[in-house]
Amino acid sequence: MRRYLIRRIAQNILTFFLFLTAVYLLLDAQPGDFGDLYLADPRLTPQQRAVLRANLGLDRPVIERYAIWLRNFFKGDLGISFSNYPRKVMDVILERAPRTIILFTSATILAYYVGFVMGKILAWKRGGLLEYLTTVTGVGLYTVFLPWFALMMVWFFAFTLGLFPIGKFLDPVLWRASPVDANYVFHRMLLTASISAIVLMVWVIFAQRLNPAQRRPAVWLGTGIILAGILLYWSSTGVGRYAADILHHLILPILTLATVNFAGVMLLTRNSMLETLREDYIMAARAKGLTEKSVRDKHASRNAMLPVATSFVLALAFVLDGGVITETIFSWPGMGLTLLDAAQRQDVPMVTGALVFTGVLALTAHLLADILYAFLDPRIRYS
Amino acid sequence: MAELSTPTSTPVAAVLETPLWQVRLRLLLRGIKTNVGLFAENPIGLVGLGIIFLFFILMVAHPIMMKTVWDPNIYNPVTGYDPALVAHPSPPSATHLLGTDPLGRDVLSQLMWSTRAAFSLGIIAALVTVFIATTVGAVSAYFGGLVDTLFMRLADLIIMTPTITILIVLAALLDLGTIHLAVIIGMLSGFGGATIIIKSQALTIKVRTYIEAARVAGGGNAHIILRHIIPNLMPLSFLYMMFSVTSAIAIEAVLSFFGLLNIRMSWGLMIYTTSFAGYLMDLKKWWLIFPASISITMLCAAFYLVGRALDEVVNPRLRKR
Repeated sequence: MRRYLIRRIAQNILTFFLFLTAVYLLLDAQPGDFGDLYLADPRLTPQQRAVLRANLGLDRPVIERYAIWLRNFFKGDLGISFSNYPRKVMDVILERAPRTIILFTSATILAYYVGFVMGKILAWKRGGLLEYLTTVTGVGLYTVFLPWFALMMVWFFAFTLGLFPIGKFLDPVLWRASPVDANYVFHRMLLTASISAIVLMVWVIFAQRLNPAQRRPAVWLGTGIILAGILLYWSSTGVGRYAADILHHLILPILTLATVNFAGVMLLTRNSMLETLREDYIMAARAKGLTEKSVRDKHASRNAMLPVATSFVLALAFVLDGGVITETIFSWPGMGLTLLDAAQRQDVPMVTGALVFTGVLALTAHLLADILYAFLDPRIRYS
Repeated sequence: MAELSTPTSTPVAAVLETPLWQVRLRLLLRGIKTNVGLFAENPIGLVGLGIIFLFFILMVAHPIMMKTVWDPNIYNPVTGYDPALVAHPSPPSATHLLGTDPLGRDVLSQLMWSTRAAFSLGIIAALVTVFIATTVGAVSAYFGGLVDTLFMRLADLIIMTPTITILIVLAALLDLGTIHLAVIIGMLSGFGGATIIIKSQALTIKVRTYIEAARVAGGGNAHIILRHIIPNLMPLSFLYMMFSVTSAIAIEAVLSFFGLLNIRMSWGLMIYTTSFAGYLMDLKKWWLIFPASISITMLCAAFYLVGRALDEVVNPRLRKR
């Protein structure tokens, strides 16, 4: 098992290097380089242009430029973005990435929780109207044209009902008098969210040791205490209403993404459950006289969870894919919008940076999936 | 089969008197019949087929309408303009059943014409995917070793790359048309996820006894891969074809929604035109955005439904009985 993990880690790192190379070469192979854009001034003589090109290092062979880029990459320097001049690419990524990650992590967690619960109920009640109805709804949501669906959500919840703002990250009018900038508040929010998530997780693990009757009240109590703590902290900082503004802008995108993603999870869970239900231990559990609910929740669904858990981790790797569409519709200034903007303006350093960011994210997710697989299913033997 | 026949038993000899291709044809027909029966048991798959057929009719009807009823100057999906109406976009009327777009073109005509692009894109992408995935999967499962490592690392690499993101970058920097896009999507999914799934299926086929029998009978590598492994991979490949049609159509729609593709007309482009003219949030002009969006969703869903129904045919564990 340890050998397997070490081999997988080595393989993943190798793949990441291949990815870096592929991204660099792909963008280098585009017609014209960014020197053409930079030196587009018609008053420059050819000699001046050649000197400037040499100064930029654009006359060197691809291999040499790649080596320089790679060295800079490991120093954490991805160059300067053209479309956000004079900001550094790394700077832009560090600002935008958390916004994308928080949006997608919350949406994915919500989608997987609801999808898993729905999927296991669906697999239990085969046949009948319910199955066709949910399958058709599920497939409809799974294949829906996301820009259109997001627009409909905006139209209904934001435009008609006026429950949420129509887009953007914050409300500029409210923030005009703000004592601190948005990043400060947002980073505090991220910190609060991660600390409370960890505390909650520890609490839930602790609650599992209690006897079954006390578990549920204990979890609810813990959640309540944590929520009260968060409210107390934010009301004491004095910037609570700015944080509430960002949260208010966050709800509709999360809701949209979760609605679209949950369908796929539901269908996957259903298929996985149907395969699990054929196993002998399900029949054994029933023969023991366990209740249907107990068989479903403790015997079937835990074993059916394996592919769902893997797909959850891998879904986190693809935040940028869905991000481009959702962030465009909601004008959410995250990595997806940045990438689309940079690609349309031929901002090669920014595009490279965004792709590398995705690569890092995907690499981490794949490693996590491998480790998770090894721990969740002891039946799989690794040689 | 011919080697196994014993000349003493007359019934077997009588069967063998019919040529081998006839036996094969009969077996094939019987297989198809059983599978069609299984497929038809599932109303979901039939609904999918029905929707695909509906769009097929729309596609076929367009050139006929242009030849007979519609005036090409007014109803051309790309260059048409109706001078009889003062304001564009105009709401649905007797002459324009789904109204006109901001540039004065007939929406129904655009919708019908774009069906052809959607079908050809989806089918080319699916064929490329399946061709690559089946060949690579069979070869790397059969030979293993270096070939396998090479293709599997490539698949890992492609799985790691978010498809839509990389295509947005490519489309923004290059001049992509429908066919290029179809081939690129096909290659991305063919060398990526589809290969891994088909290879794992090929690995279970490789250890079956009939492969050993074929080798003992003197079959070469090429013969075993082409005649024994690939035919047994076909059902799974066909299933993945349906899913890759879905993803190809969806990806094309997204890219042309962003206005990144060099194509003359497609469903995604219709929505792009709407949003470019500033009517995206104006739901009173529903005919600008609903027909195209619903068409994309429905055609994607139809191929997906057919794929799911086929999944139950190919994978017996999902069946009800």
